[in-house]
Amino acid sequence: MSLRMPEPDAAVIARRGEIAAALRAIVPGEGVIDDPAMLRPYESDGLTAYRQPPMLVVLPETKDQVSAVLRWCHGQGVKVVPRGSGTSLSGGALPLADAVLLGMAKFNQVLAVDYEDRVAVVQPGVTNLAVTRAVEDAGFYYAPDPSSQIACSIGGNVAENSGGVHCLKYGLTTNNVLGVELVMMDGEIVRLGGRALDPAGLDLLGIVVGSEGLLGVVTEVTVRILVKPETARALLIGFASVESAGQCVADVIAAGIIPAGMEMMDRPAIHAAEAFVNVGYPLDVEALLIVELDGPAAECDHLIDEVERIARADGAVSCRISRDEAERLAFWAGRKAAFPAVGRISPDYYCMDGTIPRRRLPEVLQRMEQLSAQHGLGVANVFHAGDGNLHPLILYDANVPGDLERAEAFGADILRLCVEVGGVLTGEHGVGVEKRDLMPAMFSEVDLAHQQRLKCAFDPGLLLNPGKVFPTLHRCAELGRMHVHAGQVAFPELPRF
Amino acid sequence: MPMLAPTTSAELADAIAGAAADGTRLEIRGGGSKAGVGTGGRQTAVLDMRGFAGIIDYDPAELVLTVGAGTPLAEVETLVAAHGQMLAFEPFDHGPLFGRPVGAATIGGIVAAGVAGSRRPVMGGVRDHLLRFEGVSGRGEPFMAGAKVVKNVTGYDLPKLMCGSWGRLAALTQVTLKVLPAPRETTSCLVRGLDPRQACAVMARAMGSQAEPSAAIHIPGRARGASLTVLRLQGFGPSVAARAALLERLLGEHVVETPDAALAEAIWGDVRTLAPMNDGRPLWRLSIAAGAAPAVIAALEPLGAQWQMDWAGSLIWLCFDGGGELVRRTAAGAGGHAMLVRDDRGVYAGMPTFQPQAAVLAALETRVRRAFDPAGVFETGRFSDLAPHLDLAHAD
Ligand SMILES: Cc1cc2nc3c(=O)[nH]c(=O)nc-3n(C[C@H](O)[C@H](O)[C@H](O)COP(=O)(O)OP(=O)(O)OC[C@H]3O[C@@H](n4cnc5c(N)ncnc54)[C@H](O)[C@@H]3O)c2cc1C
Repeated sequence: MSLRMPEPDAAVIARRGEIAAALRAIVPGEGVIDDPAMLRPYESDGLTAYRQPPMLVVLPETKDQVSAVLRWCHGQGVKVVPRGSGTSLSGGALPLADAVLLGMAKFNQVLAVDYEDRVAVVQPGVTNLAVTRAVEDAGFYYAPDPSSQIACSIGGNVAENSGGVHCLKYGLTTNNVLGVELVMMDGEIVRLGGRALDPAGLDLLGIVVGSEGLLGVVTEVTVRILVKPETARALLIGFASVESAGQCVADVIAAGIIPAGMEMMDRPAIHAAEAFVNVGYPLDVEALLIVELDGPAAECDHLIDEVERIARADGAVSCRISRDEAERLAFWAGRKAAFPAVGRISPDYYCMDGTIPRRRLPEVLQRMEQLSAQHGLGVANVFHAGDGNLHPLILYDANVPGDLERAEAFGADILRLCVEVGGVLTGEHGVGVEKRDLMPAMFSEVDLAHQQRLKCAFDPGLLLNPGKVFPTLHRCAELGRMHVHAGQVAFPELPRF
Repeated sequence: MPMLAPTTSAELADAIAGAAADGTRLEIRGGGSKAGVGTGGRQTAVLDMRGFAGIIDYDPAELVLTVGAGTPLAEVETLVAAHGQMLAFEPFDHGPLFGRPVGAATIGGIVAAGVAGSRRPVMGGVRDHLLRFEGVSGRGEPFMAGAKVVKNVTGYDLPKLMCGSWGRLAALTQVTLKVLPAPRETTSCLVRGLDPRQACAVMARAMGSQAEPSAAIHIPGRARGASLTVLRLQGFGPSVAARAALLERLLGEHVVETPDAALAEAIWGDVRTLAPMNDGRPLWRLSIAAGAAPAVIAALEPLGAQWQMDWAGSLIWLCFDGGGELVRRTAAGAGGHAMLVRDDRGVYAGMPTFQPQAAVLAALETRVRRAFDPAGVFETGRFSDLAPHLDLAHAD
């Protein structure tokens, strides 16, 4: 691995037995794991190129245990890495050799559902899909739908601010979470947000969502649930060029339509997906769009016609409209299986996650092709077209020496390109360890310092999930210093008070 | 009161750093439409942000708009409307409440005060649409966070923190907002004569149905007639028609009217400017769990409170000069909090504008404020929230 993590503290590692004993006093029985063989399953998350067995794993069951574990670790200067289901694609849950891994899997209960106010209160270890399962009989669902939804936990979703194919219309996690209970590193417990739509004070909930496990451990989540739309229908539209597909996306939005989902795949992704699921994707096109409309039948029918008209005007070479639920799901099958499909044509793939202004898509794909030639690795693209979130899948073979490093270098070039055209390093997967060292491409030292001081307000000892998100670990005291320009006034002509 | 009107980030940074050095407190002001919020405060200087005005870039097809924070809201709304788009959070206009004209607010003020109107429960608040900002923190340093794209999780989501921070963290110079298509058609469904309990039940049933109202409000019966419960449906024509029919079926036991254009305009205009909430008494804003609204009304109406409900019951505006602690206890019991929006006669002198929070949370919030503003440049005391624990570097 090419990335440096903070130097493990040998003195802490030497106290491993004592630490395990202390944690067992808080979480009895099977709740503390120290057998090296049993630690193996925790050594990586969804970013499997990075592996590090944790010093210990603790699996608490109550918030009081979480609080006691954190308080004890805080008192002893022991680092803690929170973990949900371990599907992070950015290494957010990557363990540290001298840290306790705090697994939240046992927090797996749906605590309450209120259909009148349309909210559900769940524990963080509940999987994303299980929230929908708990409310679907009553005609409701939880909108954010990451492709990993059968496995990933709501706590992980909160930490990563996860999205899904429906987030253009229904928002990311942050737009669908109303409140959390959070245990801070010193063991103190706060409730942020709740049943009211705005807080009495600062919107701290807003920064905890997407904070990648650096600010506190989430022990309860209140989410908004939505009424299932009456119908959903999709169009499968082929284009002879990426440009015309991109134009179609822009024209749909310009027509005032915000589809429930709008996904694009490029030629390599289309071919890989079709070979894998065989649902009749056209193979003679350069770009394929899936556009889904949902709502009352009258609305879907009206908008399907509109979108078809727009697509034809933009030069669509093929256009299929789903006639029934089975066909709609078939349109999606290839897109949803894009990752495993690519996994079949290449021994390994590396999934990137930049966002760009949509209008720059043709240029970005073209430059990605050049980069692909330059790095000697193939790439297939799936794209949340509506919101400009690109998922280039870099094809490589981990068994070929140097291939992983090449894939990483290619990936970093892609992300720098995204930032260069006005986009960002990550649209939904998070910074984690993966994009940590690229942060200066987007933010100045001063910008990053303003973010890091927030971390200091929650965890001044920098004990919670250190080594993630920020390229340099500044001590909080150093960050807090104010450099008042001593008597020097930069704009003497400005009226003073 | 001294006034400072910088026009560049460098001037602004200099002004703030200078204030930090000499202990001056700065009240950040946009259009001044909400300057009457919070009556506490000691000697301060006003930082006038209207110099940061203008449209910076707008790409309707990307749904992204970047403007100077001092740009008048009215100008922003006119611009996006010309492209068939809107600010999806449909902000209230607080100007008239404080005797100011309609449309006086700046976009920066709307962001800093987190002002979201009737679409809040469905389309989200300002927080859900602020993509990026530039500003100068209390440290006197220009900084930015977020990006000019609609989907981004890079770094902490500081834009959320700026929404509703009321000028206590940073002076915003530039904001990037996600805009959305404006609905093609709008219609309202009106039910007369419901009491608060019935009204909340009707609103909850409608909001939890495929009729998908974009707003649900309830105005109690006043001298001029029976109470009004109004559900607004917006979207494409065929969809609105289908959903209106569905709503009528759903509310079968009630008579559902479609108000004529004049009545609809009067109702929604009043809701936006809060015109009926201007009876001379202090104005409270209760943000609570929707289901608890009837209990709140039952507790406060007998004591003489005048009120109206928005956000399907989750927001109650209240004209009231009785016990302030009672209002706060009632709001807390309803899963929320009460903000003292206007108290120009000083009925509640010294009472904090925002509902005080539990000790651990209050201490955390203070640490966050100090992270952005170590010297307390923005701690003017205007909101009567200068608790002893504030621990300012320059506190006097
Ligand atoms: C095949 C595949 C497809 C995916 N598709 C998508 C997609 O479509 N959209 C998308 O957005 N993401 C996607 N992901 C990424 C991943 O699933 C999400 O980031 C998910 O939210 C992670 O959840 P988790 O429970 O696995 O968290 P983990 O991986 O265990 O942890 C992720 C981060 O959250 C922190 N954390 C976990 N639980 C808590 C808690 N209770 N309190 C505080 N911090 C906590 C961890 O410290 C870590 O920083 C995909 C991943 C895979 C493997």
